[in-house]
Amino acid sequence: MLADKDRIFTNLYGLQDGGLKGARSRGSYDGIKGIIAKGRDGIINEVKASGLRGRGGAGFPTGLKWSFMPKQSDGRPHYLVVNADESEPGTCKDREIMRNDPHHLIEGCLIAGFAMGANAGYIYIRGEFIREREALQAAIDEAYEARLLGKNAAGTGWDFDLYVHHGAGAYICGEETALLESLEGKKGQPRLKPPFPANVGLYGCPTTVNNVESIAAVPTILRRGAAWFAAIGRPNNTGTKLFCISGHVEKPCNVEEAMGIPLRELLEKHAGGVRGGWDNLLAVIPGGSSMPLIPAGATGCDDLFMDFDGCAKHKSALGTAAVIVMDKSTDIVRAMTRISYFYKHESCGQCTPCREGMGWMWRVLTRMSEGRAQKKEIDMLFEVTKQIEGHTICAFGDGAAWPVQGLLRHFRPEIERRIDEYTARSSELGVRDPMPEAAE
Amino acid sequence: MTKVIVDGKEIDVPPEYTLLQACEAAGAEIPRFCFHERLSIAGNCRMCLIEVVGMPKPQASCAMGIKDLPPNKDGSPKILNTRTPLVKKAREGVMEFLLINHPLDCPICDQGGECDLQDQAMAYGVDSTRYQENKRAVEDKYIGPLVKTVMNRCIHCTRCVRFTTEVAGVSELGAIGRGEDMEITTYLEKAMTSELQGNVVDLCPVGALTNKPYAFIARPWEMNKTESIDVMDAVGSAIRIDTRGREVMRILPRVNDLVNEEWISDKTRYVVDGLRAQRLDQPYIRENGKLREASWRDAFGAIATAVGKTEKKYVGAIAGDLAAVEEMYALKELMSRLGVVSYDCRQDGAAIDPAWGRGSYIFNATLAGIEKADALLLIGTNPRREAPVLNARIRKRWRQGNFPIGMIGERADLTYNYEYLGAGAETLAGLGNSKFVQALKDAKNPLVMLGAGALARKDGAAIASLAAKAALELGGGKADWNGFSVLQSAASRVGGLDIGFVPAAGGITATQMAQPNNMKVLFLLGADEIEIAPGAFVVYIGTHGDRGAHRADVILPGAAYPEKSGLYVNTEGRVQLANRAAFPPGDAREDWAIIRALSDALGQKLPFDSLTALRQQLFKTYPHLAALDQIESADAGVIKKLAGLGGAPDKAPLYSGISDFYLTNPIARASAVMGECSALAAGANRTAAE
Amino acid sequence: MPVRRLAPPDVQPPTFAFSKANAEWAKAQTEKYPPGRQQSAIIPLLWKAQEQHGGWLPEAAIRHVAEFLGMAHIRALEVATFYTMFNLEPVGKFHVQLCGTTPCRLRGADDLEKVCKKRFGEQGRVTKDGTFSWVEVECLGACTNAPMVQINYDFYEDLDKKSFEDILDRLADGKKVKPGPQNGRQLSAPIGGPTTLTDKSIYEKR
Repeated sequence: MLADKDRIFTNLYGLQDGGLKGARSRGSYDGIKGIIAKGRDGIINEVKASGLRGRGGAGFPTGLKWSFMPKQSDGRPHYLVVNADESEPGTCKDREIMRNDPHHLIEGCLIAGFAMGANAGYIYIRGEFIREREALQAAIDEAYEARLLGKNAAGTGWDFDLYVHHGAGAYICGEETALLESLEGKKGQPRLKPPFPANVGLYGCPTTVNNVESIAAVPTILRRGAAWFAAIGRPNNTGTKLFCISGHVEKPCNVEEAMGIPLRELLEKHAGGVRGGWDNLLAVIPGGSSMPLIPAGATGCDDLFMDFDGCAKHKSALGTAAVIVMDKSTDIVRAMTRISYFYKHESCGQCTPCREGMGWMWRVLTRMSEGRAQKKEIDMLFEVTKQIEGHTICAFGDGAAWPVQGLLRHFRPEIERRIDEYTARSSELGVRDPMPEAAE
Repeated sequence: MTKVIVDGKEIDVPPEYTLLQACEAAGAEIPRFCFHERLSIAGNCRMCLIEVVGMPKPQASCAMGIKDLPPNKDGSPKILNTRTPLVKKAREGVMEFLLINHPLDCPICDQGGECDLQDQAMAYGVDSTRYQENKRAVEDKYIGPLVKTVMNRCIHCTRCVRFTTEVAGVSELGAIGRGEDMEITTYLEKAMTSELQGNVVDLCPVGALTNKPYAFIARPWEMNKTESIDVMDAVGSAIRIDTRGREVMRILPRVNDLVNEEWISDKTRYVVDGLRAQRLDQPYIRENGKLREASWRDAFGAIATAVGKTEKKYVGAIAGDLAAVEEMYALKELMSRLGVVSYDCRQDGAAIDPAWGRGSYIFNATLAGIEKADALLLIGTNPRREAPVLNARIRKRWRQGNFPIGMIGERADLTYNYEYLGAGAETLAGLGNSKFVQALKDAKNPLVMLGAGALARKDGAAIASLAAKAALELGGGKADWNGFSVLQSAASRVGGLDIGFVPAAGGITATQMAQPNNMKVLFLLGADEIEIAPGAFVVYIGTHGDRGAHRADVILPGAAYPEKSGLYVNTEGRVQLANRAAFPPGDAREDWAIIRALSDALGQKLPFDSLTALRQQLFKTYPHLAALDQIESADAGVIKKLAGLGGAPDKAPLYSGISDFYLTNPIARASAVMGECSALAAGANRTAAE
Repeated sequence: MPVRRLAPPDVQPPTFAFSKANAEWAKAQTEKYPPGRQQSAIIPLLWKAQEQHGGWLPEAAIRHVAEFLGMAHIRALEVATFYTMFNLEPVGKFHVQLCGTTPCRLRGADDLEKVCKKRFGEQGRVTKDGTFSWVEVECLGACTNAPMVQINYDFYEDLDKKSFEDILDRLADGKKVKPGPQNGRQLSAPIGGPTTLTDKSIYEKR
């Protein structure tokens, strides 16, 4: 188990003073001038060497992302944008950082802003997090007062302004280009890429969008050294990670652990184990609702290491490391139908496969969860998910198709059983065809 | 140039090409719904997906540039495939998604037969559906009297939103809601206010937005299609006139990048019902104050009597705004033969004298040249009302940036920002010292646009002279750039001036002819925008029961522009041929033929028996008119001459010559649709002023 | 999600204007963005308008904000209808947003839904006395504290039927309620106490 001294988020549970004084006592802003003195390349190389990969879902190497920013400004300002639009079902880690450990994030913004030549940063926080927004704003005000932000921030010689901006209920704004659109005061509809934000981002200027946790981890990494961070976890999957454990465990919780921790250890050490014991596990979604579920058993959850490669081995992904645990009492078809509804609700409607496909998947799944379908529709539904996947402007389409694919891959017999049952019931009632009539 | 291989065919394309352009250059056909050459790229329909070897996902070819492709490691050219199973499957998938919620109402859909979705479904659709759920029902929206909506059919390509926002310059259409509930609408279903809104009908790839007045009127395959030229303004937009039998059913734009790109104004498109209403379909003679139907012979007889007893200096002719060159030529010939010296094509009283040179009355910079301009000065013009399509071109240039625009005249919403410099001649005269001009010292291609309204005043010549001076001051009179440009608003005007349809020595102008006691017999060739004082015996040759016909003592029914073949010279001096698509109603005849017959009755028989013979004679005198679709560019020295003209302008503010865009000519005034638009616009203006 | 429509005309106020304080606040918001980019502030401004107007956003407010920011009305309407936190119809004094997404469903959101239905009827309606309204919303981002609801600005977490009813009773009676976990746990730490961050030495003054 990760030792407490190796944890970054030492006020994860809000038991300490989250204010500037408390944060400083836990090391925030220690040697910030020295960190900035490493220079842009020094910082970027250190972050690269730490192996830090984006904590927002896609796992793109953070240092590499920063290096895409132009080295010289062509006259346009550079922007840092922090993605705090935490909306992926199962995920609730950034919320804890913002309300309990906000100075990690603020210090990280200053460092990242400097490293990418940005004098301004915007933190885009989801609209529902009203109290978290207040806490974060209070922390920023505190930092300004202590001259840690603004002109010559923290005495580093770098000018850096940090603003909080909020959304108003749209999951899609977690997609980086949709977030930029939203930040520009428009509907959150993802942009076509290329051009990538590092060239044409916020207001048409070079921009990097990073997850809260990625940015908040940076100060500690730079203080303790890339080698420290890289030594935790497995190669290519380094460092510590906030895991959100929800669903059917005895004690749901957020916890910071080493990457690559076996699922069972994670659940049993911190979350009191699966409700009714490990054998009562049906499946987990390892990385937030967009990722395919992994069923229990020797070839599934028993063998699951919680990192990028570990999840990929099971045709899923670490995503945001939001572990949704489902025990055997779960109506798995209904659970996944509800996720499908989520995506139907949150599709921005811009491009065809997503706009039309989300409703289709959800409606078919709704019937399937009652058994009111035909078996040939299972293959059809799978084809529909394939028609969506990889054909859309952003990754939302993929994220909506994968959970359905996971269900069909692992729980086809369950769907077939329901169809058989419904058909049997219908024939008793004298209904000839379980399909809805065209005239409806 | 970059080498790519499209479907096995190697081809060199510029690196800034999109994949779609590269594929088309290689001869591959790429289906699309949202993509349109003249709009920003949305990339949302996903129909144009192609395979780029080396990239795992199919790519939207409209949105990806050749230069954006990650190069192959070995430096070999990128391979693009448009016909592989991967591509076919991807497109079939998109097509299926588009169709699951699209109603199967093609038999009652006005888009049927010219529908992109229908056409592409032939290639990528299947004959049955796997979608067992209910189709989405969407409420129809009211967005004005011109565009009908059937929102169930909308495929959310957002072309209409992009057009109104980008080209038309009015942010009125939008897509509200999200996901599958996204809907196209205006704010609270208010009517759109753009003069270009009808173009969304053409842009809509399905039957969601259709031509409202034309709803359920005709099918595309049962109509004859005639390519012609519009006469609603002096732009001379390329149009296609669709007719069924004798009747014009609708008017659509044609592509002419030099003139109208592919847009037309709403007046051009929706004036169709005006071609049917209020038509003069037989000759009339006024007896005892009342018009009575008459035969051609009696009508000619009455005219011959009136002309015969009148001293020729009391006979005159005025040509209207819609007259073709041929009929003006014929009329001028007839007048000359009769010994008449007073004839004029400037019924608005424009001060332009063709003797100054052609460069003094045409749009020297050319319409396409607007895009080359790097500064613009508007003088006494509202291009949005006078020539909406041209205005869209200005807006297009403005959107590209670095295009300072100054305005002297009447403030108006032109869909782009400008610096307001002042109201009248004083501002114009003092322009040399203004900040605006100082800032433009480095402008290479300054454009000075002078509106017809600024010329149609007593001091019009002085204004023109000042404008020419301004053009010189800005540096607009160079050999490679002549920026002095007059925006005419009458389709007939440049042609009329070209053939010298202005008073001969000793003659008087249209304005003077209209005064009491100056004329005893007056021929009006479709001149309806001028009030003729009582007293004169008026012969009206025209098409509609408008002002001219009401004043007339004899009416000779002529042919409207779709009913005759005629030359029109647009404001930039481009000679264009309007083709005949329909026939004049009843006893009405083509105007040149009427004048030819009349000449016989007046004993001065004109020496041509056919339109061809007329044109041969016309071209002999005015050779430049034979060069169809060409502009004979004018001598830039004319500007200097004009600037030197001087004169004393008065202090009255400058106004556009057009106050109501929708009702500028007798055909438009006869149109109920235009009337509705006019009332709506007036209402909107009232609300705005409140 | 049903199609999002503006409230019917009979409940729409004819006009809306920011209060003096809110107008000043709004002006300050626009200054967070570069010159000419004041449109960026539309979401915060619409949100402030909704706050000023008792929790829902009338048509006149959309217009007012659009004009405040120099935007076309339709662009503001697009934003107002795209983002689901803008309530286009009146809501109760206490607007209950019930998280209905899978992680909450797995831990008993069904029960909370039943409570809402029993007490308030179908979602989207305001109770006769104007006190309550409820809607099912998508994941609110407190999944380790499921099931949960948001009432106005606060999250109420780790609910069950009884604690939820308790809260609603207290609100109805005008009594104070404590936001956050309702089962005694510390924020998102495991119930019974954290399994990590127990090493006191890490908090010692360095």
